[in-house]
Amino acid sequence: MSSAAIRVLVRRDLLRFFRQRSRVVGALGQPLIFWLVIGGGLAGSFRIPGAADVGYVQYFYPGVIALVVLFTSIFTTMSVIEDRQGGFLQAVLVAPTSRPAIVLGKTLGGVAIALVQALIFLALAPLAGFSLGAVDWPITIAALLLTSVALSSLGFALAWWLNSTQGYHVVMSVLLIPMWVLSGAMFPPQGAHGVIAALMRCNPIAYSVAALRRGLYGPAYPAISAQVGFSHSSTALELTILAAFALGALALAARLCAKRT
Amino acid sequence: MSLRLEGLTRRFGARVAVDQLTVEIKRGEIFGFLGPNGAGKSTTFQLLTGLLAPDAGTLYLDGQAVSALDARFRARLGVVFQHPSLDGKLTGRENLELGAALYGLPRTVARPRIQEGLALFELTDRAHEPVERYSGGMRRRLELARVLLHRPEILIMDEPSAGLDQASLRRFWQQLITLRTEREMTVLCTTHQPEEAAYCDRLAVLDGGRLIACGTPEELRKRVGGDVITIEAERPEEIAATLRAELHLDPQLVTDSDPPRLLIEAPRAHELIPRLVERFPSGRLLSVGMRPPSLGDVFVKLTGRGLGQEAA
Repeated sequence: MSSAAIRVLVRRDLLRFFRQRSRVVGALGQPLIFWLVIGGGLAGSFRIPGAADVGYVQYFYPGVIALVVLFTSIFTTMSVIEDRQGGFLQAVLVAPTSRPAIVLGKTLGGVAIALVQALIFLALAPLAGFSLGAVDWPITIAALLLTSVALSSLGFALAWWLNSTQGYHVVMSVLLIPMWVLSGAMFPPQGAHGVIAALMRCNPIAYSVAALRRGLYGPAYPAISAQVGFSHSSTALELTILAAFALGALALAARLCAKRT
Repeated sequence: MSLRLEGLTRRFGARVAVDQLTVEIKRGEIFGFLGPNGAGKSTTFQLLTGLLAPDAGTLYLDGQAVSALDARFRARLGVVFQHPSLDGKLTGRENLELGAALYGLPRTVARPRIQEGLALFELTDRAHEPVERYSGGMRRRLELARVLLHRPEILIMDEPSAGLDQASLRRFWQQLITLRTEREMTVLCTTHQPEEAAYCDRLAVLDGGRLIACGTPEELRKRVGGDVITIEAERPEEIAATLRAELHLDPQLVTDSDPPRLLIEAPRAHELIPRLVERFPSGRLLSVGMRPPSLGDVFVKLTGRGLGQEAA
């Protein structure tokens, strides 16, 4: 596997991203608007039983970071479809670069952009009531990294499989957005209908949001974990599920990419 | 490096896109696959570059069977696509850097070669501009500079004239012929343009996925008996019927142009033209012309259709 090829594909995605101002603005602006509008709109009516200090703007914030990663990973890997239509992908495929290197290059490109954006968004954490000094950074970074690897790989697999960006948007609307909504980003599993709560427990993105929440609260998390997160969860469980999600999605992407038409 | 395609076959469902294709390409040769859309040229290109797997057939490189998927084989190829496969958001130089990395060139080797490629294709002044600002001809030259960075022994091009005007096409081929000689490269190209096919040393004429003729452009042109008379008329079918009945000629109606043309092969064409004009004096002919046979005429002779018409 060629590390130079991986590096150059990552660099390409970064260059392309930062040269398209509309993408930078859109990728940061959309979650920001979501956070401010939905967070502000529900601030007066949303109460978490047993956690009266947690306002909705604060509750919603980890979910919005997950949304930043989701949008960025997905839209970055959607370029696989555009690359195929524009001919660039074929030029990569005829090179003596291995298919796993192509998957890693594109996926890590998405990861790099998602991490940059998520870290920029994390700078707003004090506005949500989180103290940057109290943030458990290893957990937060691990959650961001694993989530972005998983979603970029999943995005790559979808883009490899689909022929059109329209089809990609449809899949995103019916699969990925509902996954995010059912991740605990918008409402906690406690109090949700039994079916919804069960779906949330099966949703790997829910463990991403839970781990991000855990990281952002830092030492204060155990006191409110039962109200805002999964009961009987742990850092190890959340990161293990995320790691399995990332490896599974990466394996799926590699498997699809290995097939010739 | 010589290349032999033996019995190469590819099906898409019931349709056979490439049918038992067998050709041998000599080292240093410019070899073309000529045919209309749907003839199997692009499928052959995809089979040679590993983008498609063959259903049957073998590829031999210097007598040794090879797989187009083998990275060592692909490292010896330079591939030019029908539409430049460059990234418009990146600069010319960045596109070359990317190409060099994909072919595993160390930076110390890539850097001087990139400089050399930019200079050779007269792109040094524009190297720092995004490629989306380049003209079609410049993109084609940049693509060629990119695929030559790793010094390929075989250059494979799919319809390289696509999007090029005549001047750019001439310039592109002049540079290519010079490079072929300097670097002893074997060049394969697909085309449906007779003007482009004329640059090839030898041609395989494809129709409906099958090889229907192979030879040098001169050998192929000799298949047409004499010069070619072209007639444009408002009702070419009526003119053709009259020519067959009264002058015992065998005109071919070619519908790949507007208006459609009648083509007549004639060993002494110059003597025939006055007779034609006399036979249809009342403005029924829009134009009558005479010229040496082109490779497009060869295709009409072989198939009864023009290169601009889809394969049967």
